[in-house]
Amino acid sequence: MQIPYEVEARPDTGLYNAKLGIWLFLASEVMLFGGLFSAYIFLRIGAEPGLWPHQILELGPAFANTMVLIISSVTMVMGWASAKLGEYKKFKIFTGITVLCALAFVGIKSYEYHGDFNRYGVILADKTQVTGELVKDKTNDRQITLIPDAKQSTELGREYLKKQGEGAEKSGEEQELAFDRKDVVWFSNFVPSYSTFFSVYFTMTGLHALHVIGGAVVIFYLWGPGSRMYFTDRKHFVNRLEVAGLFWHFVELVWIFLFPVLYLL
Amino acid sequence: MNANVEKALETHGEGHHEHGHDHHELSFWRKYVFSTDHKMIGIQYGITALLFLLFGFSLMGLMRWQLAYPDTTIPFFGKILTAVLGEHMAPKGVMSADLYNSFGAMHGTIMVFLGIVPLGFAAFGNFVMPLQVGAPDMAFPRLNMASYWSYLAGGIVMLISFVVPGGAAKSGWTSYPPLAGIADVGPNIHIIFNGQTLWIIGMVLLISSSLLGSVNVIATVVQLRAKGMTWMRLPFFVWAQFVTAFLLLLAFPPLEAAGVMQLMDRVAGTSFFMPSGLVVNGQGWHGSGGGSPLLWQHLFWFLGHPEVYVMILPGLGIVAEVLANNARKPLWGYRSMVWAVLVLGFLSFLVWAHHMYLTGMDTKVSAFFQTTTIIISVPSVIILTCLIISLYGGSIRFNTPMLFAIAFLPMFGIGGLTGIPLAFNATDVPLHDTYYIIGHFHYVVAPGTLFALFAGVYFWYPKATGRMMSEFWGHVHFWPTFILMNCIFMPMFLQGFAGVHRRWYSGGIVNGDALFEVTQHVLHWNTFMSWASWLLAVAQIPFILNFFLAWKYGHKSGDNPWHATTLDWQTPTPPPHGNFTVQPEVYRGPYEYSVPGYPEDYLPQDKKLDQKEAK
Ligand code: HEM
Ligand SMILES: [Cu+2]
Repeated sequence: MQIPYEVEARPDTGLYNAKLGIWLFLASEVMLFGGLFSAYIFLRIGAEPGLWPHQILELGPAFANTMVLIISSVTMVMGWASAKLGEYKKFKIFTGITVLCALAFVGIKSYEYHGDFNRYGVILADKTQVTGELVKDKTNDRQITLIPDAKQSTELGREYLKKQGEGAEKSGEEQELAFDRKDVVWFSNFVPSYSTFFSVYFTMTGLHALHVIGGAVVIFYLWGPGSRMYFTDRKHFVNRLEVAGLFWHFVELVWIFLFPVLYLL
Repeated sequence: MNANVEKALETHGEGHHEHGHDHHELSFWRKYVFSTDHKMIGIQYGITALLFLLFGFSLMGLMRWQLAYPDTTIPFFGKILTAVLGEHMAPKGVMSADLYNSFGAMHGTIMVFLGIVPLGFAAFGNFVMPLQVGAPDMAFPRLNMASYWSYLAGGIVMLISFVVPGGAAKSGWTSYPPLAGIADVGPNIHIIFNGQTLWIIGMVLLISSSLLGSVNVIATVVQLRAKGMTWMRLPFFVWAQFVTAFLLLLAFPPLEAAGVMQLMDRVAGTSFFMPSGLVVNGQGWHGSGGGSPLLWQHLFWFLGHPEVYVMILPGLGIVAEVLANNARKPLWGYRSMVWAVLVLGFLSFLVWAHHMYLTGMDTKVSAFFQTTTIIISVPSVIILTCLIISLYGGSIRFNTPMLFAIAFLPMFGIGGLTGIPLAFNATDVPLHDTYYIIGHFHYVVAPGTLFALFAGVYFWYPKATGRMMSEFWGHVHFWPTFILMNCIFMPMFLQGFAGVHRRWYSGGIVNGDALFEVTQHVLHWNTFMSWASWLLAVAQIPFILNFFLAWKYGHKSGDNPWHATTLDWQTPTPPPHGNFTVQPEVYRGPYEYSVPGYPEDYLPQDKKLDQKEAK
């Protein structure tokens, strides 16, 4: 038994089944990420004044990742077009680049997560927040010592010290700040539970990264073992590439929203 | 015509007289277990969902003991509960408060997500819809199989959660945080294998399953309609499934997002839904705080309200088919029904906050949701009115499916009308979270949707098995069920008006006295309702026996026992792999019953008339 319109488009709808299927799937994905974005808005509006961080994440890797994804989207289209035009070699090269870009994205993202896990922050009773590198041997159950990593943090930290009546005059970038545990209401490295911002950040980028990995696996399959179909049923194969491409562009689009929302605003 | 269709046509043209067995015999496993055939998947869904319905119902049967005879040992089953769930959950066969909460939450979850929706949408949608549009199968048969297995996995996870330390989820089928966030944590309780976390994991599997199913249904309706099957020739049942699929597709993902966030709250210690300053057992909660419990409610009800239409629309579709068939008349106002169901689907995304009037929302916001809620009752009334008028002047056949379908109308009517007072902020405030709510939605779902689903089982059983279910035992099933359903749910309105809360453990009685005096005069109904519910269980025995015995011993039905017009009845019985022996072509609308001048009282959609007959 053969399902109609698996490969050919149905004349009155102009679609083959899988193309309609992927559009429907993407509609539901929009709602999925829509739910997360609305959570972001909700939590940001409801955050206590001053506690929602601005540009706390490093821009460099995220910017690089944006570029990587844009390039991969372009090569995905070119891979599909090459296959459609019958240029097998080019198809292999372009989709190959797409897969490599996906891997690069995941690599950079992991590097970024690694960096986050090595940054620490304290929130004081008056809700000021100081972030920086932890000085492990000067941190114990009475005090927490950080080297602040941003100007703002440094200043906030100095104010804290001033209030404590300690040597606020000490200068230099590598200024260590010691906080008394009893003044600290929250202390941890940048993990999802650090604050609602980091909850949103890790959940959204994590879910997005899963999408990248999923897309990469599919595209890798079409590049490798799945590409045999190019020689047996080219039209069907090109359709598959198109469907995978649509998904890939969606994944890229999500990142285009995530980047400004999490890194710039 | 498309090359594929021709190919399909060729294969089946030959097998015309020996339908029933496929050209290449499938192994047992491929045919019955890992099947990709929409009919087998529909049957798998149907039987699994019926089992879950029975299981969810029994949970409530046990809870009703605690409501009728608080803090006494449950006869017979009490021992089993103690043995399986432990002294902690059921000391000496008495239902503990934790167990009551847990059974309540799981009753709701199982009935909604593992019972009604899989039966109405997945089982009937799978079995009937492709036949009715004239398709050889669903558009994506393998995704269809994945959908069933994901559903089953979700169900098994839910079942496992009963026996993990701490027991199954206890925070209601709505899982409101912060309660759900702090439930099932503590020493001896595993971080993953605990009731609430397994609930979330189970839900994510169920949501994935319904996502696959809804993509499949929409693609099948859009792409695989047979030649001549235009949109306005689709049976109403197909329209109902089509709209339902859109609701599932678009409303469920936000709950999936919410599920992921609650999972993070529980496993990674985030505070999506956990507010600042939360105090648990006299101690500050350990998380960062800053989250919003209201966010969960919004995301939940953004699904939750469309979900109630997911529960009712397939039922309305079934009732429409059964009514037209047994009144031997076309549906009255088919077009208005189609538009009504489309409007209903659209509006159901705009009413969710009527479940949240008590959260202190702004009056402007509540004015908006009151308005949309009242507007959405218009299309529901249109559909119900069309169905009732369709009966007028018909020569009605009162067989079992028809009895259930007719009973559906007033029951759904009561359910819908009792929703109107809930739509208004002022009247909802005293009624919210009382037994009135429970009465309202059970009228729409239990004697409503469930009756429609029973009608569907009796109606399509012969197509699936080739045999009729017994009419006699069908009547024996129907009448007690009809009466007992009303005995259970009607007193709930009285109790609700008096202020009996929907989640009171021990039925509002503490040490023999009413917890609140104002409710004293309605609490005696508890025993009455409980006995009605146990008798209702007994009344299902004829159905269960009928269902299994007719498979072997029922009368042979032939291909079209109800003399129906739609394509699902123009196939061999049971339909072979690929469904149709010849590619069907459709010439007319779905309900050409009693056409003047035509010798028979039904004119199938695919019957080609020659010149003479056409005049
Ligand atoms: C047709 C008009 C309807 C209206 C105006 C309506 C209105 C409402 C309102 C305002 C509530 C919230 C009450 C509260 O919590 O205080 C409610 C609850 C509910 N309704 Fe309806 N409803 C209608 C039809 C339906 C239908 C057709 C179904 C299901 C098939 C349904 C199922 C439910 C459920 C399950 C709840 C309770 C949810 C919970 O709190 O656990 N309703 N209804
Ligand atoms: Cu609602």
